[in-house]
Amino acid sequence: MTDAARPVEQSVPAAAPASLRRIMVPIVVFAGLAIAPWIAQFGTESFILSLLTRVMVLGLAALSLDLLIGYAGLVSFGQAAFIGIGAYAVGILASHGINGIALQTAAALAASAIFAAITGAISLRTRGVYFIMITLAFGQMLFFLATSLAAYGGDDGMTLPSRSLFLGYDLLDSDRALYYVAFVTLGLVYLACRMLVASRFGRVLRGARQNPVRMQAIGFSPYRYQLVLYIIAGMIAALAGVLLANTSEFVSPATMSWQRSGDLIFMVVLGGMGSLHGAILGAIVFLLAEEVLAGFTEHWHIIFGPLLILCVLYIRGGITPLIERTRP
Amino acid sequence: MPLSLFLVQMLNGLQFGLILFLIAAGLTLVFGVMDFINLAHGVQYMVGAYLAAMFTALTGNFLFGLLLALPTALAFGLFLEVLIFRKLYERDHLDQVLATFGVIITLNEAVKILWGAAPLSVPVPEILSGSIPLIGGLRYPIYRIAIIVAGLAVGLLLYILVNRTKVGMLVRAGASNAPMVAALGVNIRLLFTFVFGFGAMLAGFAGAMVTPILSVEPGMGDNVLILAFVVIVIGGIGSVRGAFLAALLIGVVDTLGRFMAPMLLSAILDPSTASQTGRAIAPMLIYVLMAVTLCIRPAGLFPAKR
Repeated sequence: MTDAARPVEQSVPAAAPASLRRIMVPIVVFAGLAIAPWIAQFGTESFILSLLTRVMVLGLAALSLDLLIGYAGLVSFGQAAFIGIGAYAVGILASHGINGIALQTAAALAASAIFAAITGAISLRTRGVYFIMITLAFGQMLFFLATSLAAYGGDDGMTLPSRSLFLGYDLLDSDRALYYVAFVTLGLVYLACRMLVASRFGRVLRGARQNPVRMQAIGFSPYRYQLVLYIIAGMIAALAGVLLANTSEFVSPATMSWQRSGDLIFMVVLGGMGSLHGAILGAIVFLLAEEVLAGFTEHWHIIFGPLLILCVLYIRGGITPLIERTRP
Repeated sequence: MPLSLFLVQMLNGLQFGLILFLIAAGLTLVFGVMDFINLAHGVQYMVGAYLAAMFTALTGNFLFGLLLALPTALAFGLFLEVLIFRKLYERDHLDQVLATFGVIITLNEAVKILWGAAPLSVPVPEILSGSIPLIGGLRYPIYRIAIIVAGLAVGLLLYILVNRTKVGMLVRAGASNAPMVAALGVNIRLLFTFVFGFGAMLAGFAGAMVTPILSVEPGMGDNVLILAFVVIVIGGIGSVRGAFLAALLIGVVDTLGRFMAPMLLSAILDPSTASQTGRAIAPMLIYVLMAVTLCIRPAGLFPAKR
């Protein structure tokens, strides 16, 4: 798991270009996303915009998971549950006539923080595989709760009456506006996370990942830091859920299926753990590959599954370190 | 509540618990001995069910179908072990989770291509059809009794195998300290291949046994896999005894919960709210049970590692 961080510090002479490339990756990714709508108008605009909005939304969720996996070594297999909380906050409130995005977002953040605090307090008492299984089980718990909510569509889910309103205006009805809302959200959260992992808080977490006993010996309690991080990651994923519900205008238990959690882990590992922009890159590659393969055959999983296995077996460390290591 | 109805639900819970045990036993041993987390274990259950359905249709006899499905499931499990899993033992848990997740995606789709997305059904074998009377005029299907008997028999067999034979001793030793066992000159790889194949066959057996009462469909292994995880977390990873007790506990709590939660709530709520809330709460019970267990004993009820 430490592989992702290691190659960067290795060669001293190449340090300058390597660090330059490290900044270049996020800049290129965000610049590309910023101008994509302009390019999209030459193609099937609504399709490209909705695909890329989904990419950014799931990239946001993958980013939250990278905080846990890449910086704290906490492999959560239940991150999709938080996307579900965000999506259902929009869906449930909208079905009661509350359409304002501010209120919906506030509800999503509050609900996800509470759920993260409770499940995190229990899950973080365990280590390693136990943690993976418990987060998976809590995710399933929420999934089954959602399927039993008959008033809100149960198994089938529910279609939103409309997209969320911004201060009473239907600004988000334009695909392009929604795209830029997702873009700005992703950008701001990315910068906030950058600051978070560089802060003392982030250094404590990385220290705890490398040597929890030593961190305790010098007076830190990793548990509290990890719990706070778990809550932050949950809230970011819930934010992604709010956006996802607006993108698809549909909410269903499938939003938080355990396969979705697995997909998110794959995005993080594919992009390269512990770099933040790697998770976004992973989401881009993942969803575009999915789209391309689905264009070939309806049984695209039969190609995708083996690709996933091969990636795990042979591309260690993910895409981002590959780019950063490549000499021009 | 009528006692006979309660009895029926208890038997259903027992039957469900024993199926879970068949799956969890292999999972807990594989994890205990090799520290290998295998999400694709649920796929073995699905493969067992499909093989049994196919062979039953081919031979026209459920027993023959079952007897053919078992060695095929075993062979398939060993094939996956050699092809993919063997490369993962030295990797960290994250890689293991992802690669076996890839195996699930692939096989769920492969099954869909081979047998179609529509659920298959297998008739209850002639000799085990019908039902027997319980107290209070209710009847209970013989086939479900047969599952209970088969599950208990396998449980007993496993108990003898693990606790009374030399291989079992090595497996127990491997679960509590694998490097030490290897240092003592035991071929731990071979031992593991044995455990893995046996676990895969047990999961396949569970899948084959449920074909007459559940529909056989792609993805049927995913949910039982997660329940099997809950079972081995509660039971303590690496412990067959823990898996047995936890599986029965989960089976009974889940079945009774779905049945009783709406009923108990109707005492304090109006009927429609009670049934809705009950149905919402019931599926969460086992996860709450798991959370409580972990609060009290973070390593499960019967941890194999010290």
